[in-house]
Amino acid sequence: MVSRAQQRLAQVRALIDAEPADPADSAADGATMPLLRRLCRAAVRSLPATGVGVSVMTEAGVQEIAAASNATTQRIEELQFSLGEGPCIDAFASRRPVLLSDLRDGGGRWPAYCVAADGEGVRGVFAFPVQDGAARLGVLDVYRDRPEDLSPEGLAQALTFADVAMTVLVDGQAGAPAGRLAGGMDKVLENRAELHQAQGMVMVQMGITLTEALALMRAHAYANDVDLNDLARDIVARRVSLDPGEGA
Amino acid sequence: MVNISTRRLADVFVEAADTLVDEYDLIEFLQMVTNRTAEITGASDVGLLLADQRGQLQFVAASNENVKALEIFQIQNHEGPCLDAFQGGQPIIDTDMEAAAARWPVFAPQAATAGYRSVHALPMRLRNDVIGAMGIFGTESSRLGRGDIPIVQALADVATIGLLQERAIHRAEILSEQLQAALNSRIVIEQAKGAVAQLHHVSVDEAFLMLRHYARSSQRRLGDVAHQVLADPSSLAGLELLRPAHASTAPADDEPTR
Repeated sequence: MVSRAQQRLAQVRALIDAEPADPADSAADGATMPLLRRLCRAAVRSLPATGVGVSVMTEAGVQEIAAASNATTQRIEELQFSLGEGPCIDAFASRRPVLLSDLRDGGGRWPAYCVAADGEGVRGVFAFPVQDGAARLGVLDVYRDRPEDLSPEGLAQALTFADVAMTVLVDGQAGAPAGRLAGGMDKVLENRAELHQAQGMVMVQMGITLTEALALMRAHAYANDVDLNDLARDIVARRVSLDPGEGA
Repeated sequence: MVNISTRRLADVFVEAADTLVDEYDLIEFLQMVTNRTAEITGASDVGLLLADQRGQLQFVAASNENVKALEIFQIQNHEGPCLDAFQGGQPIIDTDMEAAAARWPVFAPQAATAGYRSVHALPMRLRNDVIGAMGIFGTESSRLGRGDIPIVQALADVATIGLLQERAIHRAEILSEQLQAALNSRIVIEQAKGAVAQLHHVSVDEAFLMLRHYARSSQRRLGDVAHQVLADPSSLAGLELLRPAHASTAPADDEPTR
């Protein structure tokens, strides 16, 4: 006998298989990232949602790699990591889903994030940990432009998409050389390189810890209304200095 | 013929399902399966052998010490019903020990001396994957009927599922840790590049060359050197000597604040 859960898993896999590949993907992107993006697009169509993203995170809860259903969602997906708060970060930390059907009601918990996401046209955010027992790798986020709960079937399906994302990441890693990242993830990680370089520079310049350096960069980006990644690029190029005693 | 009680069997499956839900100890679970199988089949003793990663069978659980010795005896002598069931992937059903002397010249007399009159051996199998074998040894008059075999095979299947589930979880954990470690080592190197760039007034690309040069000449791993820089940016003795030529002419008046 096939259980409802097995049927749903087969259905989700079929949806991802049926999702056309993005013509922009090249062989250099490897297998894992294009597959994750297809998973996101299939989830958007099926749940339905306005956007779906998958973020891979370090144990410290910092987002490193994101795959999203489209460019807007990719930007929204990065939002909470620029701000350092949001349902996705909480879902990862608590290892359980965080469901926010209307972020205008959730402003107390994540004030900066809710305002910023609202500005991008997002009303509902549903974050599901990408994990398997003690092993956890990230979060799958579902975005909606209307303040509505997910249906019970939608909830079950979103959890299934998160399970499949875990399998995709784990299977991708199984094919990677020791100490390396699989399936084009290396390439995507390049986008983050400057953020970490800037973090190291600010640490030395200000004589603070790496965590404090990231917090300082976030505060500066927020106060000046600039993108955190753009700020990092400017710091690395020495166009901007966060040291108040030093004119850049 | 033993008449296996459906009620009792249902209890065993419920117990197995309960055990498999949460984190569980694999050996305890397999021990439970052998004990319950022995109880259900009447006067029989039950043992489990599992293949290790090289495909070599190892003893894992038995309902008593007597059958444990017999299972190990099979492995040591490369002969016996459990080995045959494992290698062939087919059940060995209701074999009379006295009639089996030709088939297992070493094992059969040993089993008879231990008091066993009959044996069944069932492969632990999922689709094409045979991962071990369950041996059911009957004493005296007890003998399983053919109709009982599917039921006992179901118990072997429960053990198999529990085992494969545990292996799948373990694999996911190992690969996740590898992915997280690879992710982390990339980040640490980028952060160290930034720290060295700031400390020695060079570009991040030059900082990377300095770090790599330092790691190679001191025969250390780049990741370890990067970690040390981040723990204490000025702790790498002589790193400044590796600055590229043009960078060494930079003005000395804006020393880093550290």
